[in-house]
Amino acid sequence: MNSTLFHIVMVIGIMLAAVLIAAGLIWLERRMLALWQDRYGPNRTGPFGIFQVVADMIKIFFKEDWIPKFADKKVFVVAPAILMITILMSFAIIPFSPLIGVVNLNIGLLFFLAMSSLGAYSVVLAGWSSNNKYSLIGAIRGSSQMISYEVFMGLSLMGVVMLTGSFDLRDIVIAQKGRWFFIPQFIGFIIFFIAGIAETHRLPFDMPEAESELVAGYHSEYSGMKFGMFFVGEYLGITLISAMITTLFFGGWLGPGFLPPIFWFLIKMVGFILVFILLRASLPRLRSDQLMALGWKILLPLALINVLITGALILYFK
Amino acid sequence: MFSNLRSIWIVFLHMFHKRVTVEYPEKKSYLPPRWRGRIVLTRDPDKEERCVGCYLCAVACPVDCISLQATEDENGRRYPEFFRINFSRCIFCGYCEEACPTNAIQLIPDFEMGEYNRQNLVYEKEDLLIDGQGKYPGYNFYKVAGVDAGVKGKGEGDDENKPVDIKKLMP
Repeated sequence: MNSTLFHIVMVIGIMLAAVLIAAGLIWLERRMLALWQDRYGPNRTGPFGIFQVVADMIKIFFKEDWIPKFADKKVFVVAPAILMITILMSFAIIPFSPLIGVVNLNIGLLFFLAMSSLGAYSVVLAGWSSNNKYSLIGAIRGSSQMISYEVFMGLSLMGVVMLTGSFDLRDIVIAQKGRWFFIPQFIGFIIFFIAGIAETHRLPFDMPEAESELVAGYHSEYSGMKFGMFFVGEYLGITLISAMITTLFFGGWLGPGFLPPIFWFLIKMVGFILVFILLRASLPRLRSDQLMALGWKILLPLALINVLITGALILYFK
Repeated sequence: MFSNLRSIWIVFLHMFHKRVTVEYPEKKSYLPPRWRGRIVLTRDPDKEERCVGCYLCAVACPVDCISLQATEDENGRRYPEFFRINFSRCIFCGYCEEACPTNAIQLIPDFEMGEYNRQNLVYEKEDLLIDGQGKYPGYNFYKVAGVDAGVKGKGEGDDENKPVDIKKLMP
């Protein structure tokens, strides 16, 4: 009974923490982008403008939630929910510390890959149901992008799985004691990072949104809290990919003993979130075909070679 | 590939640069003395109105935002009965200042004149008149003008000769 209660508290706590971090990222991104562009960003509401998040939330909750007459209503409503659900489901398998984590899935990594692939449905369905050519172009770009990166995203992680011999994320973290996986699996780390950027539709791979070309891409027709869900979903995605990179390549909660494990995890995660924001501040958007050429012609062969060499070395040293 | 990494690094270094934002309401940026902002009506050194109601500013104004009516006092000195500037139309071009023959109308470095009610942007003469002399201290139009409007007697103005006694033959 007690452990059931503990689990429920854990589930709700992790969900709230993830959503709160994602909401906080709205403020953090604006501040950091401003810092890197020699500006201040929001600094009026509260200390350092931290209550900007609250103001944004109040605004977005009270906006008119309008569904266009020409939209496919049911799909239109479901699409943003799919994004939130798939990303929040992925948080279930992440081990934040030896004690904190929702489930100990023995196929955790596969579950993450499955959920991230399902997340692409929200983009496609949102663009399709909006009945708007810009949304549809965004959705088509999203699906073509998804097909390009999902392949090497999975392959880039196989090196980690081979080194550990397990799909369980807890085993992967424990196997990194003494030597984090980004040293033997540097190519895998780079490829996964690029795939992660494409997965979250962030610059330089934000072709599905592409506000300067496609109005707002697949969520052009969304307003109010439905748009807010896409918005928060994007930040949740950044948090998720940062957490995954931390878990898979940078030793998860491992670190010197003077801080509790959860702090090490959070420090590494925030570091990668900042790298995501820095990339947005510095790189221009690629063309849609450039991402696909990069994916199929360079990153997929690289990922395959990485798997091959890792496997060969593991066999050699056995 | 290398240029991408380099641009990421350069953007990262901007973290340590000085920010260009001027935090306006707390910190005000420098406005040069010739800045064309709010329009004022100045007074001459004797604290009298400089404006003589010649309508040249109203004629020069490209958006017709100046409206006035000239009148005279008992000495024959001209002054505006009312002087009205509609700042919701004004484009701050400064043509009125250039047209003014008596340096009465002047544009000053002040732009903070926002209002919630559009009607409040119509400034009357009381709102426009200031106590000082503006950019041209010491200038008094009636001291150099040819007419006697109670400011100076005949031949008493600046750079003005005494009137010639036409009864005398000798120069």
